[in-house]
Amino acid sequence: MPSLKALRGRIASVKSTQKITSAMKMVAASKLRRAQTQVEAARPYAQRMERMLASLAVNIAGQPNAPKLLAGTGRDQVHLLVPVTGDRGLAGAFNSAVGRMTRTLARRLEAEGKTVKILAVGRKGRDMLRRDLASRIIGDISFAGRKSIGFADAQEIANRITTMLDGGEFDVCTLVFNRFVSVISQVPMEMRLISPALPAQAPEQDVEPSKRAMYEFEPDEETILARLLPQNLAIQVYRALLENAAGFYGAQMSAMDNATRNAGDMIKRLTLNYNRARQANITRELIEIISGAEAL
Amino acid sequence: MPLDLEIVSPERLLLSRPVDMVVIPAEEGDLGALPNHAPMIVLLRGGLVRLFEGGQIIDRLFVSGGFAEITPTRVTVLADEAMAPTAVSREEGERRLKAAQEEYDRLDKADVPALDAAMARMQSARAMIEAAGSAA
Repeated sequence: MPSLKALRGRIASVKSTQKITSAMKMVAASKLRRAQTQVEAARPYAQRMERMLASLAVNIAGQPNAPKLLAGTGRDQVHLLVPVTGDRGLAGAFNSAVGRMTRTLARRLEAEGKTVKILAVGRKGRDMLRRDLASRIIGDISFAGRKSIGFADAQEIANRITTMLDGGEFDVCTLVFNRFVSVISQVPMEMRLISPALPAQAPEQDVEPSKRAMYEFEPDEETILARLLPQNLAIQVYRALLENAAGFYGAQMSAMDNATRNAGDMIKRLTLNYNRARQANITRELIEIISGAEAL
Repeated sequence: MPLDLEIVSPERLLLSRPVDMVVIPAEEGDLGALPNHAPMIVLLRGGLVRLFEGGQIIDRLFVSGGFAEITPTRVTVLADEAMAPTAVSREEGERRLKAAQEEYDRLDKADVPALDAAMARMQSARAMIEAAGSAA
């Protein structure tokens, strides 16, 4: 049995750990609220953009001179994977879920004889993939130390992807990120950025069928599409970044909640041991005194 | 019958309200939309979106570029950036104008799409400076 002093020390250390984890939980909860509002605020634009893209793209997608951002390069040889993860740990399996998915995807593609390139967004994902896929990583982006993510950050990533596409560095681009389902559930998913799955033309509720899809375009469809597609790419990246941020704080909050609870259990157990040891000591001392007195 | 106007930027929904008429800065000139306008999708340049009610301008919003979708019953402005004219910063506009100008000078003069993009950015920056001046 450990000594009383050692037990006291352990109780004190577990208590301070508990304080840290419960503080981290609070911080994550307040950041989660902010991230969640941001996700919701970004939704209207994405929805309207999708509607506009749907009405534009149907006419152009099939044509041979369709823009690369819409139709891809027509080949399927070089795959660019963009895993999006958090910059920090202590969030349970949040980051490793994306890492695992990326790794599985990379293995599968390479088994099929494809070339894989990785652009890692977020420090944790990069660190994780660097262990066995270091040679495939062609770049990384991290927002460590940043308070919040703006649309400009997403645009920067999108520009980088577009430049690489124009330079013929890849044929297919897939985004891997955690979708924010709820505070306690984040599901890793993959999304094709290039060439994207086209949104089906949504039926308009407020316009009669005869008036639908009779848009005039100014200046013309190609010019608008040429502007719309990069914007759409940036929006998709932005959405992934925001979902990742919200999911990260959600995961961190539940991980820290668990840790706090576990620390509480541990404190209870240690306190019980401590009290037992203390009583055993008192009893032993009493016996010593009594038997000493009897011997006289 | 009023027209439902919505102005959204990637970061949030800025405005959603019925108006009598709206004038949007389309790329090929300002475009006024009244109810029952023919369906249109237009590209925007930098400038002010003006909201009209009873023949009076009731509100103005600066957009730095983007798209607008017009249908007989609603107008949706998808702005790259949108803000109240009072929030527009002249310094920011001048900084952007300088950056766009430098890029324009650096670009290969044969690369027409890139030149056009730089020109559009210069125009947007000028509109920003102008909007900052008009609000002051």
